[in-house]
This record gives sequence, C-alpha cells and structure tokens, in this order.
Amino acid sequence: MPETPSAAAHLTDEQVEAIGAELDAIRAEVVGSLGERDAQYIHKVIAAQRGLEVAGRATLLFSLFPPAWLAGTAALSAAKILENMELGHNILHGQWDWMRDPKIHSTTWEWDHASPAESWKKSHNYEHHTFTNIRGKDRDLGYAIMRVTPEQEWKPVYLLQPIYNMGLAAIFEWGIALYDLEIEKAQEGTKPWSQVRKEARNLWRKARKQLAKDYVLFPLLSGPGFLSTVAANATASVVRNVWSHAVIFCGHFPDGTETFEEERLEGETKGQWYVRQMLGSANLSGGPLFHIMTGNLSHQIEHHLFPDIPSNRYAEIAPRVRDICERYGLPYTTGSLAKQYGTVLRKLARLAFPGGGPKAEVTPLPERPKLVGTPVRLAG
Amino acid sequence: MGVLGDIGRRVHGAAAWFTQPLLPDDLLGTLNPLWSTSEPHARVVGLRRETADTTTLLLHTARARTPHRAGQFVGIGTRLDGVWQWRTYSVTSRPDDPRLAVTVTAVPGGTVSGALAHRTPVGALLRIGPPAGEFVLPDPVPEKLLFVTAGSGITPVMGILRELAATCPDALDGAVVVHCDHTPADLVFGSELRRLAATTGLRLVERHTAAEGRLSPDALADVVPDWAARQTWACGPAGLLDALAGHWDRYGDSDALHIERFVPPTPATDTGSGGRVVFTTSGITADAGPGVPLMVAGESAGALLPNGCRMGICHTCVGKLRSGGVCDLRTGEVHDTPGQTVRTCVSGAAGDVEIEL
Ligand SMILES: Cc1cc2nc3c(=O)[nH]c(=O)nc-3n(C[C@H](O)[C@H](O)[C@H](O)COP(=O)(O)OP(=O)(O)OC[C@H]3O[C@@H](n4cnc5c(N)ncnc54)[C@H](O)[C@@H]3O)c2cc1C
Ligand code: FES
Repeated sequence: MPETPSAAAHLTDEQVEAIGAELDAIRAEVVGSLGERDAQYIHKVIAAQRGLEVAGRATLLFSLFPPAWLAGTAALSAAKILENMELGHNILHGQWDWMRDPKIHSTTWEWDHASPAESWKKSHNYEHHTFTNIRGKDRDLGYAIMRVTPEQEWKPVYLLQPIYNMGLAAIFEWGIALYDLEIEKAQEGTKPWSQVRKEARNLWRKARKQLAKDYVLFPLLSGPGFLSTVAANATASVVRNVWSHAVIFCGHFPDGTETFEEERLEGETKGQWYVRQMLGSANLSGGPLFHIMTGNLSHQIEHHLFPDIPSNRYAEIAPRVRDICERYGLPYTTGSLAKQYGTVLRKLARLAFPGGGPKAEVTPLPERPKLVGTPVRLAG
Repeated sequence: MGVLGDIGRRVHGAAAWFTQPLLPDDLLGTLNPLWSTSEPHARVVGLRRETADTTTLLLHTARARTPHRAGQFVGIGTRLDGVWQWRTYSVTSRPDDPRLAVTVTAVPGGTVSGALAHRTPVGALLRIGPPAGEFVLPDPVPEKLLFVTAGSGITPVMGILRELAATCPDALDGAVVVHCDHTPADLVFGSELRRLAATTGLRLVERHTAAEGRLSPDALADVVPDWAARQTWACGPAGLLDALAGHWDRYGDSDALHIERFVPPTPATDTGSGGRVVFTTSGITADAGPGVPLMVAGESAGALLPNGCRMGICHTCVGKLRSGGVCDLRTGEVHDTPGQTVRTCVSGAAGDVEIEL
C-alpha cells in the first residue's frame, strides 16, 4: 500500500532541529514564569468542580421533582467532565507537580474514573505520549478495536465500527479501563494472564466503589427518588463519556493528522519527536469555557509538545506554535468540534471498508509559505 | 476518647464512600483549609516585630495540635510564587499557650525567611507540621544549666526559658544564658531576657559582637568559669557550634553539650558531582557518576525502578528524596528538600543521596 507522503518531508535536518530549539525555548520560558497566578487557577478549578459536584448531588436528593432532576444532572455532568478532563487528566500528567502540593500531585491524585490512576498513567502518559501515532506502538490508535488509518490491515469486524464506536462513546470510561488491561496482548501471548487478572482485580476494587456511589448510595439517600437519582447519575456519566470520547477522538484522528512507521523511532532526535507530535495531533477551536471543559485538550498539539506544562498556559503558547508551523510549512490542524468530529466519523465510516489508502485519503496540504529568513515575531 | 475515636473513624469511613475518590477531608479542606486533618494549616493571627530583621508569627490552628515540648521545632509551609516551600522553625511559645509562636529571622538571599519575617500579613495561611526534635531538657531538669546562643539561635532556648519561668522558676536560679548578636538593638528577645534576669536568679551575659568580636570557647570559659560542670544547650551559626563541639570534645564532657543546628553541615561534594545513591525501598546502593541519571545508576546495580519515557515527561519514575541533594541534569538546578519528589530519569546525584524507591 503506498504511503502518504509526510507533510514534513520538505524539511531538512537542520530545520527540524531549529524547530526543536524554538519549542525548547518556549518551554523554558513558560516553565520559568509559572507562579502564583497558575496556582490560583488550579485551586479555583478544584473549588468550582467540588462546588458543582456537591450542589448537583444535593439537588438530586429531590430528583423526583423534574426541575431538580434537570438542574442536578446538569451540574453533576459538568462536575464529572471537569473532574476527568481539566483536573484528573492534567494533574496525572504531572502538570501541577511543580507546586509541590501533596494534595495536587501526579503521585497522589485519584480520579472519578473507572481506570485506576496508576494503570492509566502507564498506558496514557507513557505509551501514548512517547509513541504518539506510531502504528503498532501507540495503542490509542483505534484503541485496539478500530481502524483509524488506512495502513491498518482491514478485518471484517471493522464493518461494524461506526456502530460500536457509538456504543464505546456511551461507556467510554469503562472502555478505557478494560483497554488498559491489554487483554489482546495476553491473547497474543506477550503478557501473562496472571498479570491481567491482577490488574483486573485492582480495577474492580476501584470500580465497585464508583458504582456503589453512583448507583446505590446516593440513590438510597434520595429515598423515594431512588430510581430517578440512578437515572440522573447514569445520565451524567453518559454525558461525560460522550463528551470526552468526542474531544479525545478529535485529538489524533481527524483529517490532516499523520501516523508513522515503527522504524521512525530509531535514533529519533528531540526535534523529530516534536515534529511527530505536531503532525499527529489536532486542535479544536472555541472560547475559554469550551477549552476548560475539554480539559484544554482542545489544544492537543500544544499538549503533545509539552504534556507536563499546566493546561491553562496552552492557549497563550498556541499562537507561537502555530507561527512555527506556518514558518516551516507544517500543517496546524484545527477546527470547530462539529467540523473535526465530522471528519473523524467520516473516516471511521470509510475505513470500515477495505482500502481507504492515500488517494481517497489525501487532503490538500495547507499552502506552504516560503521559509522566511528572519523569524516573524508575534507581539508579546 | 477510645469510643469516640472509634465512632469518628467509622463515620469517616462511611463518609468516604460518598466522597470517593476524594476523602471527606478533601472537601472540608476546600471549604476551609484549617479543617483539613491530612494537611494541617495554621492562620497567622498576630505579628510581633522583635528586631529589624526578626518577626514573631502567632499562629492559630483550628484543630487540637500535638503538643510540643519546649525547645522543639515545627515545619512551616508557605506558598511562594505558587510553590509550597517548607522550612523548620523552633517554637518560641509555651506548650500551654493558646497560640503557637515561631520567630523568624530574615536571612539575606533566603527564599522563605524574608517572606515570613517581612511579607506575611495577619490572616495569611501557612501549613504546619508536627513538632519534633531532641533539643529539650530532660526530666528532672539538671541543676546547673548553661545556654549559649547567637543570633536567631536564641529561639529554641527562648522556648525553654519561658517554659521554665512558668513551670519551675527554681531551675533558672543559677542558670546562665550567653547570648550574642551585633549590637544591643539586634539582640533578639533582648528586653525579655533582661527582664527575666532581673526577676529570677538567671544570669544573662550579653555579647555585642560588633564591639567585642565573636564568642570563642576561651571567651566563654572566661565568663562562665564553671562551664564544664554544667549541662549546656547551644544554638547558633555553624562556626560557633563547631568551635564549641571541638572545645567540649577536648576539654569537657561531650555528652553534656546539646546542640541544635539550623544549617546542615556543608555537603562534601560539589553540585552534580555524582555520588552514592541509596534506593531505600529496594535496598540497593549504586554509584552515580557525574551526569548519570539516578535511574540508570540504579538499574545497572540491578534495581527494578519504575520508569516510562525516560525523558522527563511521564512522571512514572518519581521517588521521594529522603536525604542529600539531586541535580536536575537538564537545568543544573539542585534540589535538596527532604520529602520532595524527584524524577529519577532526569536527575543526577549532587553528593550522596537517599531516595525512597
Ligand atoms: C531545627 C531547626 C530549627 C530552626 N529554627 C529557626 C528559628 O527558630 N528561626 C529562624 O529564623 N530560623 C530557624 N531555622 C532556620 C530555617 O529553617 C531556615 O533555614 C532559614 O529561615 C533560612 O531559610 P531561607 O529559605 O530564607 O533560606 P534558604 O533559601 O534556604 O537559604 C539561603 C542561604 O542561607 C543559608 N542559611 C540558612 N539558614 C541560615 C541561618 N539561620 N543563618 C545564616 N545563614 C543561613 C543557607 O545555608 C543558604 O546558603 C531552623 C532550622 C532548623 C534546622
Ligand atoms: S521515566 Fe518518565 S519522567 Fe521519568
């Protein structure tokens, strides 16, 4: 199958290293300027999230009353989204470790998610962020059950992927938790079943508490409203799952993102690593509230370049990263959630069938401006 | 206490099912940090300027705190530029005082002391650790006491003197305090010490080093001829303490000298020089050469260490620093706060290190 030419094919080694140096400089500048303002930001988000959760749960004690059901479910959905996206995901990346606050630290944080923080840090922080978009190494490419790039070999089961993708969206948190067990590796014989069983026990220990809280304890507190609170909590979980699934699928699968051969890892320089992260990720455009509710994964490109820089800083470095892409003729894939999610769904539908190689797939690359001699400086 | 404590634990355990993955404590702490049991906080409720560079902070803690013994210290955490910084300060209040007091001298160029002494307003929130330390009087109190202090080294001794004055003033009869600073105005707690000397049998020797020079063990022997017959508690700059320790070793009974150091002895090796790494959990010791990540050194010595990206991104490889210093191999920055987490894949040894992994 012919390879899609890489959007970075025109860059010389020196240019790649120059990009790396520019990004290193941005990183150093941001890290050097972290301070009280950032600490206040994360404390505010934590307080808002806890406030929303307590308010939502309290309102749902009266879930028999329809307006209370609606308001409580909305508050709880927002709380769960904030908890997973802007707090859990980012804190577990170590973005806030610099504050040296044992309460807000990648080694102590546990989140409202079926997957225990420890296993998720391994599958996400390590495997996905180190091997981003490397076929055969980055298990997040298709989450072991979907064909998201034409280079993946087609199997008949993929015919159903547009349907089971919808199912996955609804139970996304459980999908991730099961996926972290890497059952397919045990089937291949590269991971002992005893290890899978041990991890499954850990998962169950955590998950049963989650289930008990949402589907037994709080509903019991609502008395006669037991069933309507169960429904409200289930709805909030599904809202959170569908939302995070949409945001996360828009991070690497829309048109314009590239995947890579395993050989690329051999002797990969820091500059090449940076370029791979930029080519493999895609952003979402929107306002400040939208960015917070996506956990700033709307700045997926910046997040992949600097996974441990606090998320509240991605928006301010985005124009500078975009400027680098423009100057070096690299794509900076971005668009609204509706547009990006549309291309993801279209791709999943197309790739459900065999083929789907470069011809059908190729998207016009953005116009490449000639490299300018002196870098254009953005204001500020 | 037993029954109540048991009930409390059960209520807490039940509440945790409703708050998980958080603890009830996390929600209480969000509402009011003073209510947190796992991260005890204190609020600054009063400030007393002692000298131009020394301030006493009076602290209110909402929860019953572990009582300290006179002469002990507590950890004080403060958020500076968003980063929690911890330092140790001797408690200058009495165990029975309603407010806990620490007295901080601003060290030129210091990160924390200047902020605490000059820029911490009433109402500020600090974190506070449990009391600790062995710089305390034994029970019964020895008959003949000598205290030798210089500068901010008076703080633990002031705690001891205040406690003695309140609970057993007889012990102060015949006790000697030798306290040094540049000028009479610089002498921390100068007027309180003079008052104490006037109202009890305590003898106070002030030494103003701007006029009289630094205190040497010989000068001390001149003003306190029976020094060797006394149990001595000393706290001050490293130079003074080293000289006293040498003197007691040679001419006295080194068991009779009790020392509190504010600054650790200078590390034997230079920054990033490499050193011996002890991984305390796995019980493995390795030699890390200059510029060699702790992780690599540990692995070549056979330690099974958590690791992921091996380039400082994933935070899989962190361990807690128990003692010594590490050098960030990317920036050259040295970290040596015990309890701090360290990414072993991008940290080298700055001298000997113990790390919990
Ligand atoms: C058991 C114990 C009890 C202590 N009790 C008190 C107390 O009651 N009151 C008090 O003011 N301090 C006390 N200290 C010292 C205090 O913990 C800090 O070290 C001090 O406040 C300086 O902190 P910093 O962040 O300003 O300086 P840092 O930024 O940590 O250090 C800056 C430089 O100053 C040096 N330095 C640190 N402390 C001193 C000092 N005391 N004199 C001269 N140079 C120093 C350091 O070696 C370093 O080179 C105590 C220390 C210990 C270990
Ligand atoms: S192994 Fe990833 S930060 Fe150390």
